[in-house]
Amino acid sequence: MSKIESNIPEGNLEQKWSKYKSTVALVNPANKRSLEIIVIGSGLAGSSAAASLAEMGYKVKVFCFQDSPRRAHSIAAQGGINAAKNYQNDGDSTYRLFYDTIKGGDYRAREGNVHRLAEVSANIIDQCVAQGVPLAREYGGMLSNRSFGGTQVQRTFYAAGQTGQQLLLGAYSALERQVGLGAVEMYSRHEMLEVVIIDGKARGIIARDLVNGKLERHFGHAVLLCTGGYGNVFYLSTNAMGSNVTAAWKAHKRGAFFGNPCYTQIHPTCIPVSGDHQSKLTLMSESLRNDGRIWVPKKQGDTRKANEIPEEERDYYLERRYPAFGNLVPRDVASRAAKERCDAGFGVGNSKMAVYLDYKAAIDRYGKTQAKKLNIDNPTAEQLSEFGKQVVQEKYGNLFEMYDQITGENPYEVPMRIYPAVHYTMGGLWVDYNLMTTVPGMYALGEANFSDHGANRLGASALMQGLADGYFVIPYTIGAYLSKEISVKPISTDHEAFVNAENDVRTIIDKFFSIKGTKSVDHFHKRLGKIMWGKCGMARNEKGLEEAIQEIRVLREEFWTDLRVLGTPNEFNPELEKAGRVADFLELGELMCIDALNRNESCGGHFREEYQTDEGEANRDDVNFSYVAAWENKGNNNYELHKEELKFEAIKIAARSYK
Amino acid sequence: MSTGNMNLTLKIWRQKNGKEAGNLVSYQVKDISPDMSFLEMIDVLNEQLINKGDESIAFDHDCREGICGMCSMFINGRAHGPKEGITTCQLHMRSFKDGDTIVVEPWRAASFPVIKDLTVDRSAFDRIIAKGGYISVNTGNAQDANNIPIPKTEADAAFNAAACIGCGACVATCKNSSAMLFVAAKISQFALLPQGQVERETRALNMVNQMDEEGFGNCTNTGACEVECPKGISLENIARMNREFYLANIK
Ligand SMILES: Cc1cc2nc3c(=O)[nH]c(=O)nc-3n(C[C@H](O)[C@H](O)[C@H](O)COP(=O)(O)OP(=O)(O)OC[C@H]3O[C@@H](n4cnc5c(N)ncnc54)[C@H](O)[C@@H]3O)c2cc1C
Ligand code: SF4
Ligand code: FES
Repeated sequence: MSKIESNIPEGNLEQKWSKYKSTVALVNPANKRSLEIIVIGSGLAGSSAAASLAEMGYKVKVFCFQDSPRRAHSIAAQGGINAAKNYQNDGDSTYRLFYDTIKGGDYRAREGNVHRLAEVSANIIDQCVAQGVPLAREYGGMLSNRSFGGTQVQRTFYAAGQTGQQLLLGAYSALERQVGLGAVEMYSRHEMLEVVIIDGKARGIIARDLVNGKLERHFGHAVLLCTGGYGNVFYLSTNAMGSNVTAAWKAHKRGAFFGNPCYTQIHPTCIPVSGDHQSKLTLMSESLRNDGRIWVPKKQGDTRKANEIPEEERDYYLERRYPAFGNLVPRDVASRAAKERCDAGFGVGNSKMAVYLDYKAAIDRYGKTQAKKLNIDNPTAEQLSEFGKQVVQEKYGNLFEMYDQITGENPYEVPMRIYPAVHYTMGGLWVDYNLMTTVPGMYALGEANFSDHGANRLGASALMQGLADGYFVIPYTIGAYLSKEISVKPISTDHEAFVNAENDVRTIIDKFFSIKGTKSVDHFHKRLGKIMWGKCGMARNEKGLEEAIQEIRVLREEFWTDLRVLGTPNEFNPELEKAGRVADFLELGELMCIDALNRNESCGGHFREEYQTDEGEANRDDVNFSYVAAWENKGNNNYELHKEELKFEAIKIAARSYK
Repeated sequence: MSTGNMNLTLKIWRQKNGKEAGNLVSYQVKDISPDMSFLEMIDVLNEQLINKGDESIAFDHDCREGICGMCSMFINGRAHGPKEGITTCQLHMRSFKDGDTIVVEPWRAASFPVIKDLTVDRSAFDRIIAKGGYISVNTGNAQDANNIPIPKTEADAAFNAAACIGCGACVATCKNSSAMLFVAAKISQFALLPQGQVERETRALNMVNQMDEEGFGNCTNTGACEVECPKGISLENIARMNREFYLANIK
């Protein structure tokens, strides 16, 4: 028997979750008070979980590496959050959200999990509005919606281009309320560097106080990893600078399997790289594809300015190739199409590695409707353009400003230049239906787990998943485990497992300082990023992946013999923090390549050049690869593959077409 | 505004930790591209320092797109630098010119003690929020979201107040180190919404009391905070907060 069991409840898809909820074991209020839960991470997943669990009566400790839980990377999400509310009366339903997500994920996600996600999606919006999250509204006072890629309904709720900020501030306020009530102890500027396992169960962590460098031991009856995604393995990505894999990777090395590490999302609309100094890439929200049109010149190597290229000499290649979804095809499809045009010599801008995202048509269109609303019969061209710009500003103002800030160009006047960039990782710690990893008592929530998005995540679904996991799933599923732990007394942190784990952490930290090499952490991180982007990025092939594995091994050697970390371990030392993170990326990168090499098919964000249709679309192999790849760490960078077969009972698995 | 590459002199605050005194140290950086962000320029300097065997400059940053509120540099005497409406991480080098001398200091306020170099401790803000910056609604308590229609104008006003990123530039700018703009933004967000009415009074009282306890100064209406706030949080919020606090007190 395989070691992995997804524990999806029996029965009808529609009833699995409600039946589970009404039969799962409960923990009575008195016992909750004596059960301690450690939550690592204060993003949407961590904050919502911690607040909800504390409200229920558990004793909770929360850790984050930023100076405040409110700054977790979720804060940066722009575009929106999906929910099957059907407020627009456009035919949305739980089933449709479920179906879109399974199809969007290229049939590589679990039906049971995704259906549950769709079921609880509506509750999330209710909860957030009750917390005072100011989501966008119509003049009638009702909530407003927009569309995101891969769907034909309007189910995305938003707060201008700051949806993540507003949702996170909602969850953060719920968290701080529990801090104020004494139910949550908050540890900001703390980084978890090891998990402690006793008799096969997760029982605590080792964390470093980033201000004074002290290593701390913390006990918990359960540990929740809500530590976000690992897109920064590519060095350049849309993720915040501190986003990293360390917590998940330490858990992996202590026994938690890693699911589908090669599934990475490359977002089609980001501001292109401008030079070697670049430290991160900035996303231009997918919501911009609601109204913007994407094009390149029909002529190769066209050097004219965008506004000088007449309409008939423009190739709106997404509308041409995918008439049914047009500019709103899913991200993987849009990204590959941009790469294809640029590789073929049609790219724009100095680097020729960019395409246009054009708002001219939208400004004209909105100008006309606005003039009508204002009862202006013969508006001048200036008036139209003025009105149109006002509407666009209302909808996307902060994104346009951001573009202007970064590039020095005014996107109201000239089309934006965009190119795909690493954005999100569908892969992550393997979890069962309870969100528990293969280590009992250790859970993974939010982007840190692998669960709901298959091989490609649809826009506005990560915020939904993070909050679903935290507010509505873990409060139930953790009971299944903790109800059996009520007689376990808190274990002293003098236990040898804590001592050993702390020693392991100290050994690594001392090692960093003792190398006394010549190159900075960033130096190695950038080189790793180049390997990953070139050979395990938007397109992959067998030869490239094999080379990448060798190159990463060599780079890792060099890192451990030529790294320079200055200062001391007993102080605030950002270079030391980065060293630990990059050390883990250097191992993860290899596993990503191994996984990509193993998956001899193309699906979602994983595009193997050998496996494509004549039209250049991803060619899935359902006979051989309809499984989750769950990797076990055997030590010394050896990995063993475990397969979780994916069963499709409610949905007929089909070729994924957006034409 | 510059288009060619630049050579610059930087005077940066170095301070080993909260206990030791600090001072400004001069550095030279060469060949800085106008397309770089200010923080990327600091990255270049740090790489240069490490290569020489000197410790890099510690500074807070994370999202680098103006939303997390982590970055916090006082540049040439202004919080977040010379341009209005942006954070430090959104400042680009095209705002400077070849040969410039740029002075970079941390936020300075008694309630924001320096941790190291340009990094300060802003946890006082979290403690203020924990005293009332929320609506007490447990998970699962909510009614259908559209059962509470909210006029768009009010929803938008609440959103504008909620846009505060908690960076602390207002405190760093204020000659009294007042945190009024930050606190007022949160109190206003909820005061403007129907969901926020139930706890309106206790919220204002408790948050303002905590603000005082943290040692932030008084507001003397100079309005400097509004000018330097990267998110355009308006002084109207302070007026609203004073009203809320007054009404809560006379009850
Ligand atoms: C620019 C951008 C825009 C996006 N826009 C959207 C959108 O519009 N809609 C959408 O649905 N999704 C969007 N996403 C994706 C979405 O924002 C993320 O997937 C989601 O917010 C992740 O939430 P999380 O809670 O899992 O993790 P995060 O928010 O990343 O939080 C991770 C937490 O873990 C902590 N942490 C990590 N490691 C450690 C450690 N070792 N020790 C202690 N603490 C640790 C961090 O401090 C942080 O608190 C966007 C992503 C990006 C990059
Ligand atoms: S009010 Fe403005 S300056 Fe003050 S913390 Fe908020 S965003 Fe920063
Ligand atoms: S680094 Fe996030 S706001 Fe500047």
